[in-house]
Amino acid sequence: MSTATVTPKGPSTLRGARLPKWAPYAIAAGSVAAAIGVGLAGGLHSRVQWGLIAALLYLVGTYGIATAVEGKRQAKDRIATSFVWVAFLLAVVPLASLVWSTVARGVKVLDVYFLTHSMGVVADTEPGGGIYHAILGTLEQVGLATVIAAPIGVLTAIYLVEYGRGNLSKAITFFVDVMTGIPSIVAGLFILSLMLMFDMEPFGFAGSLALAILMMPVVVRSTEEMLKLVPNELREASLALGIPKWRTILKVVLPTSIGGITTGIMLSIARITGETAPVLLLVWGNAFINANPFEGAQASLPLYIYQQYANSAGSGAAYDRAWAASLTLIAFVMLLNLVARGIARWKAPKTGR
Amino acid sequence: MAKRIDVSGLTAYYGSHKAIEDISMTVEPRSVTAFIGPSGCGKSTFLRTLNRMHEVTSGGRVEGKVLLDDEDLYGSGIDPVSVRREVGMVFQRPNPFPTMSIFDNVAAGLRLNGSYKKSELADIVERSLKGANLWNEVKDRLNKPGSGLSGGQQQRLCIARAIAVEPNVLLMDEPCSALDPISTLAIEDLIGELKERYTIVIVTHNMQQAARVSDRTAFFNLAAVGQPGKLIEIDETERIFSNPSVQATEDYISGRFG
Repeated sequence: MSTATVTPKGPSTLRGARLPKWAPYAIAAGSVAAAIGVGLAGGLHSRVQWGLIAALLYLVGTYGIATAVEGKRQAKDRIATSFVWVAFLLAVVPLASLVWSTVARGVKVLDVYFLTHSMGVVADTEPGGGIYHAILGTLEQVGLATVIAAPIGVLTAIYLVEYGRGNLSKAITFFVDVMTGIPSIVAGLFILSLMLMFDMEPFGFAGSLALAILMMPVVVRSTEEMLKLVPNELREASLALGIPKWRTILKVVLPTSIGGITTGIMLSIARITGETAPVLLLVWGNAFINANPFEGAQASLPLYIYQQYANSAGSGAAYDRAWAASLTLIAFVMLLNLVARGIARWKAPKTGR
Repeated sequence: MAKRIDVSGLTAYYGSHKAIEDISMTVEPRSVTAFIGPSGCGKSTFLRTLNRMHEVTSGGRVEGKVLLDDEDLYGSGIDPVSVRREVGMVFQRPNPFPTMSIFDNVAAGLRLNGSYKKSELADIVERSLKGANLWNEVKDRLNKPGSGLSGGQQQRLCIARAIAVEPNVLLMDEPCSALDPISTLAIEDLIGELKERYTIVIVTHNMQQAARVSDRTAFFNLAAVGQPGKLIEIDETERIFSNPSVQATEDYISGRFG
């Protein structure tokens, strides 16, 4: 054992030099300031470039300073943490800015009148009008799609997890995977081809069918995962009591996983609510209120947003309405997510005493 | 209530793997029969063939006969669901239904079978919980979730759930292996009481436990890993632990293997 290779590190080998707690914030502030300086000096107009320069400086600065003060291993730890933070900010900034601009531009015309009136005879370029007809259409189309897709999806998942063995279940799993990848426009075209075959006019339910095609694989997948999480011991406990398999599934397996299954369904509803392409093909849009999804063209929120934007001809009123409708749509989807979380928490198996 | 089990020439498979081979034995009514043997020798598999739970596992199948008072559990036209109502089971890890209250857990077997009268349900739940020595601990919180109980209490809840459907036979698959000594003692005392009314079969790795609770003991062993497990001998517990007729049994019990 030679001690010559060991450099003396002070009184304790367990205690190395540490950067103070405020160091990351100081480095962040420093790199932002430096980035602003570089941006101004270099005449860079885009704020995005400033931000990227700041992020880069922060990473390099953290690594350099940490290596100098704390040593290589700690520096690696620091830079890994910094990467996570930078990635987090890069993901959050666009999201926050999207929500901000939607809220800022959407609140201009969003009021009770806007929510309770249709476009009616208001021309696309004029101010006024509302989205009642679009909300009604979205609720009906999405509701019908859910009524079709949720039971089929849940039952398919139950088959795959509880009964499925062999080739049939493998085939179903494969086709569910394929269905997950279907672009929404293709689902729309599929229903459209059927409609043309039977010489039908656009109507809301046709949109529901296309949305159901998009929703089904998502429900199957999420429900399958939730059912797999139910411990086998519970199934065996139930079967060993002389309870038939179907009742075991109905009374033990489903109640245990109902929270997760509902969350999955809610999230898939949120996903199809924003679909535009199939609705554009099959439901067409309508400026008037049409409460009957089985006859005549209907409106829907994403379609309304698209049409207001496309037909605005540069009119500010149409832009404002499009933003307000977007805000309504985002709020609706967020509400669904919150409801899903609430149900998941409420229905979760209880562990309290 | 209690019924005799007669097993003859029973062989069980997992897919193409033979787990136990050619087992024949008689389990006397109103007594406790313990299965001992090294891990992987097929004790649990054999236990699960006695109420047709073996076939729940994918690829599980059985050859041979299991007579429950002269009726072959594997005969044609026998409904496995009815078999499991006659032959109850308690598992290694306590597994109360997490979505149900203590009351509902005990009532689950009856409710989900649809074979009960509403007025009787509360009585049956009380009787079963008393039978499992749990009533005094939970009578004030019957509507609380069963998963809030301690491990030992949960296992007694599972026993109460199993005896609520009034089976003839109670199978226990290492019921105390996840429990502390005090809870174990409570369950062992309970087994002693239950054998007045039921035929009890218990799998255990704890030889003291087998000696304490059982009237007869069966020793299982396997020739080598991957080989099927076999019944080496079954006899009065006292004889097995003092003067077994097979050398392998004595080696296992005294801690000398191989």
